[in-house]
Amino acid sequence: MLSTQQEQRVAEIDAIIERHGRSRSALIPILQDVQRRHDAIGDFAMQAIADRLGIHPVEVYGVVTFYAFLNEDCRGRFVIRLCRTISCDLAGRDAVANQLRNDLGIEFGGTTADGRFTLEWANCIGMCDQGPALLVNDQVFTHVTPEKVHDILSACTRAFGLHGAQEVQVR
Amino acid sequence: MTICNDMTLAAIEPDAGLAAALKLDRAGVIGEIRRSGMKGRGGAGFPTGVKWNLAAAAQGDRKFIVCNADEGEPGTFKDRVILTEWPGRVFEGMTIAGYAVGATEGILYLRGEYAYLRHGLEQCLAKRREEHLLGNDICGKTGFGFDVRIHMGAGAYVCGEETALIESLEGRRGEARNRPPFPVNTGLGGMPTIVNNVETFAWATAILARGADWFKAIGTEQSTGPKMLSVSGDVERPGVYEFPLGTPIREVLRAAGGEDAKAVVVGGASGQCVPANRFARTVSYEDVATGGAVIVFGPGRNMLDVAENFLEFFVDESCGQCTPCRIGNVKLLEGVRRLKRGECSTQQLRELRALGETMRVASKCGLGQSSPNAFLSIIEHFRREIPSRVPVTVEA
Ligand SMILES: Cc1cc2nc3c(=O)[nH]c(=O)nc-3n(C[C@H](O)[C@H](O)[C@H](O)COP(=O)(O)O)c2cc1C
Ligand code: SF4
Repeated sequence: MLSTQQEQRVAEIDAIIERHGRSRSALIPILQDVQRRHDAIGDFAMQAIADRLGIHPVEVYGVVTFYAFLNEDCRGRFVIRLCRTISCDLAGRDAVANQLRNDLGIEFGGTTADGRFTLEWANCIGMCDQGPALLVNDQVFTHVTPEKVHDILSACTRAFGLHGAQEVQVR
Repeated sequence: MTICNDMTLAAIEPDAGLAAALKLDRAGVIGEIRRSGMKGRGGAGFPTGVKWNLAAAAQGDRKFIVCNADEGEPGTFKDRVILTEWPGRVFEGMTIAGYAVGATEGILYLRGEYAYLRHGLEQCLAKRREEHLLGNDICGKTGFGFDVRIHMGAGAYVCGEETALIESLEGRRGEARNRPPFPVNTGLGGMPTIVNNVETFAWATAILARGADWFKAIGTEQSTGPKMLSVSGDVERPGVYEFPLGTPIREVLRAAGGEDAKAVVVGGASGQCVPANRFARTVSYEDVATGGAVIVFGPGRNMLDVAENFLEFFVDESCGQCTPCRIGNVKLLEGVRRLKRGECSTQQLRELRALGETMRVASKCGLGQSSPNAFLSIIEHFRREIPSRVPVTVEA
């Protein structure tokens, strides 16, 4: 028998919760896994998690909105976070930022229409000695130049085409 | 190059500290750390031995050892290098702390931005379990068990503040708590909890391995031991350096190739700005204290741009719980932008300074208390740069 999409999602969320345990202290790891699975933590997921942990949905919402790396709305397959803090700023982040804007055709905070890329600012990512630096999902890129931006983006596009490939390889 | 000079830490035999600790009784371990005079390497500079002693004396069914790897302070990256190069040291230090205070559970709180380090850290943990350096009866010491798990942060600078970190571990918004009570008494789940910086745990292993006297012989009387510094900005050789505490800023600049600097900001966005004529000042708890960030600014830099960048950071990262910090940082940022445009009156500048002073005393946690530091010290030392600006609006 075919289950509905919602039932499927609940089953997935349940599996995640069972793995981490039904306790409040597991909330953030649970949310991180749900987000990894679904690219966002929507109302439905927040409600389901709150039910399972026996807390008010507002508590879950409060946590999701507090942390920069937890998101209610859908992000692109690749979230690009360019460090905007001082050392990367000194090292030339503005030129990199412009190149990213131009090549992706979006502003910071935006997602491309094809759902591939989200562009965001990050506060210091701890690569101050190798700036300008950016993160693509969990991967870090250092000494980024406007020329390198193109390589990084095309590597992402290739990884996207490979369907399921995680690592972005810059050639 | 990320590691730029000789590191004492690299020369110390792995797990010699743990072996030495397990030959002592618990009080003996804490005694050695206390005698070393080591102060926390995360920024606040609380004596580590005192902290461990309080946690050892505290009553609780469970106790926790938390390693603060949230490293969010702008300009700081030495914890990343330690976790990459010497992760075993950090877990060894946590194990020693567990033995000293009677804790069996350790948690490494790793910032979300460092997710790529997790795999290597998990491998290191697995290897240590295999080698009986974690788990039950560690190193054959019957009855002493300890293990470490990794908890990922989710992108919030304030979670580096120890009580906010605990809130985050408990699955809540990272909003700092009032202190007291302190985590050593009422920490994670209400249980006694030690929160220490990555580097603090690493040095604890060196103290046990080589003895408190060795450690004390390095540095100054009030600032004992070596310190890792993260040097970035306008220098030829940015990276991590190790210096004895008490080293003049000038010497750090010489090593990194930044002698022509106009100013450095020591301690990151929450630190203070030191102009070139004060480069004889020292990196130490009694003079210019730091968690390790040294950001260098060359002759052509505008220090108001720096203040603006820092305040943008704080406006973004304030948890919003208390008014001086939530509103104050926005007002300071507006003020800096007005100064940059040459539109700030003397009275307004005076008010900005007074606001900064208020934030220092009236904010609930260290974020708001220290966020005006860079602004205030830049205004103080670069006063001449500011009023000299020609207001652009009167041009026509
Ligand atoms: C806003 C804020 C951020 C902090 N971030 C960190 C951090 O990233 N890493 C750290 O070790 N300590 C950080 N601290 C200091 C911690 O609150 C705490 O003092 C420290 O982890 C204690 O360890 P230590 O004594 O070994 O330095 C921060 C403090 C504040 C107020
Ligand atoms: S000082 Fe700032 S970060 Fe700290 S509790 Fe107040 S609002 Fe939150």
